[in-house]
Amino acid sequence: MHALALLSAGIAFVGAIMVITRRVAVHAVLYLVVTLLAVAMVLALLGAAFAAMLEIIIYAGAIMVLFVFVVMMLNSGQPDAAREGEWLRPRAWAGPGVLAGLLCGELLYAATPFSGHAWPLAPLTARDVGLGLFGHYVLMVELASFLLLAGLISALHIGRNRVEDR
Amino acid sequence: MLDTLRTLFLTFRHAFYRRATVQYPEQQPYLPPRYRGRIILSRDPDGAERCVACNLCAVACPVDCISLQKVEADGRWYPQYFRINFSRCIFCGFCEEACPTYAIQLTPDFEMSEYSRPNLVYEKEDLLISGTGKYPDYSFYHVSGIPIPGKDRGASERERPPVDIHSLLP
Amino acid sequence: MMRLSLPVLTPLAVLGLATMLTWVERRLLGLWQDRYGPNRVGPGGVFQAVADGVKLLFKQDWVPPFADRGVFVLAPAIGMMTVLLSFAVIPFTAMGGIAGGMNVGLLFILAMMGLGVYAVVLAGWASNSKYALLGGMRAAAQMISYEVFMGVSLLGVVMAAGSFSLRDIVAAQGRVWFVIPQCLGFCVFMLAGIAETHRLPFDLPEGENELGAGFHTEYSGLKFGMFFIAEYAGIILVSALVTTLYLGGGLGPVLPAAVWFTLKTCGMVMFFILLRAALPRPRYDQLMALGWKILLPLSLLNVMATGTIMMLRATTP
Ligand code: SF4
Ligand code: SF4
Repeated sequence: MHALALLSAGIAFVGAIMVITRRVAVHAVLYLVVTLLAVAMVLALLGAAFAAMLEIIIYAGAIMVLFVFVVMMLNSGQPDAAREGEWLRPRAWAGPGVLAGLLCGELLYAATPFSGHAWPLAPLTARDVGLGLFGHYVLMVELASFLLLAGLISALHIGRNRVEDR
Repeated sequence: MLDTLRTLFLTFRHAFYRRATVQYPEQQPYLPPRYRGRIILSRDPDGAERCVACNLCAVACPVDCISLQKVEADGRWYPQYFRINFSRCIFCGFCEEACPTYAIQLTPDFEMSEYSRPNLVYEKEDLLISGTGKYPDYSFYHVSGIPIPGKDRGASERERPPVDIHSLLP
Repeated sequence: MMRLSLPVLTPLAVLGLATMLTWVERRLLGLWQDRYGPNRVGPGGVFQAVADGVKLLFKQDWVPPFADRGVFVLAPAIGMMTVLLSFAVIPFTAMGGIAGGMNVGLLFILAMMGLGVYAVVLAGWASNSKYALLGGMRAAAQMISYEVFMGVSLLGVVMAAGSFSLRDIVAAQGRVWFVIPQCLGFCVFMLAGIAETHRLPFDLPEGENELGAGFHTEYSGLKFGMFFIAEYAGIILVSALVTTLYLGGGLGPVLPAAVWFTLKTCGMVMFFILLRAALPRPRYDQLMALGWKILLPLSLLNVMATGTIMMLRATTP
């Protein structure tokens, strides 16, 4: 179990590094998918199989396909690459880098006491997730659904076929 | 929706229909006598070559796949060579229609596949058959006015003797 | 022994069946179109699939110089793998398949189908050719859309059975198969299943009269074969799923569960082929309109109705 989790975490880590170093956008997105799959694996090993499956279906399956879809259409050439090189000067990434490092350290500190002890957790079933969502977190769910509804309606509005405009 | 279901049902019913396929090599398809297949050169009822090398078929051929050369022997014309390139022939039958002597005929046979293309060029020996083909009684030299050895001028079928231009009688 | 042999045998069996299915399909299409189909190689033509396989093996395995090599090779492998992995959770018998008891089995299959989209999309992109890209784009839009309805239509079954585990779902159909109470969901799932496997009549990603061969235009040899076999394995998968979810899986009188399961699955596969024999391909916008304007409301209605009935049942003793 432990070795598997470590392996998955390692894959996720390497995948994440690959994402930011790839030149071809589609390759980067593919590594992102690998990362997501590895994270799903970790979730499954932690006993949250339901969340793991949702991660694959929604993130790796649906959202990333949309990413690939968009990236496929953007044929970024040499000038774009040069412009991106411009953005990657130390001044631009120093601040976020320090913040990310702090976060990473915090995570490591928080994680160490647990490692090795808390296995295996009680499996988290769909029922638990559902009860949690519609019990404890119902306000969040409702807010998110409002947001999605607004998005849906605006998409409908933008995509509507206006005859008088032609 | 109902249309779709109806289509499905109708298609399913076809499982019980007779199949239209002819299982070719074992089961030969019916070919009518006038089927336009492999071309042959036929002979007169008395065994001489019918073709008189008039070149009409070569002219009529839309893809120019007939080639021949005329020679003369004792008053008759013959093709010295007669070549049909079947890799070009489209079996349109125009040559048969153009031929004044019924020499060139299309037959109900299409099994002429070859592994190499040059093998599809048929020479006169390959084309010539020993029979008369579709027109058993027809003999060009017996109905045309050309004199040949053994048949003088005016001796053809339904031909009057030649007019004696030295006589004043009608 | 059983534990070890199943994971090895199932993929092999699925591959073999999918290969045979290419022949079965051609024979059946022939039957429904008043002709014979391949009947020369071996008795009744059964070895046609083998002959085709050998032909594919010996074809030049060509990667076009303009293609993105890595992704180009990866795409068919993804397609194959996701389909084969999905078979792991199908409960062929009461004992379950390789992982038949997995408590999120249904979600696992949905996840694998979601990943299967990548095969087609990446194949289209990596080929770096216009028709392939068009096919890939169509596939992405079509498969993502239909995944939504597929998921929503399955919710009815999940609610009625109260579990995501396929074995529990089969067990919950002891009294009446889910086709009857869930007939709306059944129809939506069937249509979505066809669209997911991009089979005729919803094979717009390939649409050979418009796109050459769509996403696999540039593929040849064994890689094309993998796409091909993955498609047929996908048909078997969807048929097996329909059997499991709506037709009571291995439940049935007298005969053992495995036989019932096989019979029902074969029936579904034949129905898929009948669809191909009978129906023309819709236009792309018709496909999308059918999905979003008809199937989505229908599946939502199905969920709502199921929920309402369950609630009424629970409140009135
Ligand atoms: S059948 Fe037509 S194409 Fe063939 S040789 Fe005769 S005229 Fe030419
Ligand atoms: S086959 Fe007929 S048309 Fe052709 S050259 Fe001979 S006589 Fe003339």
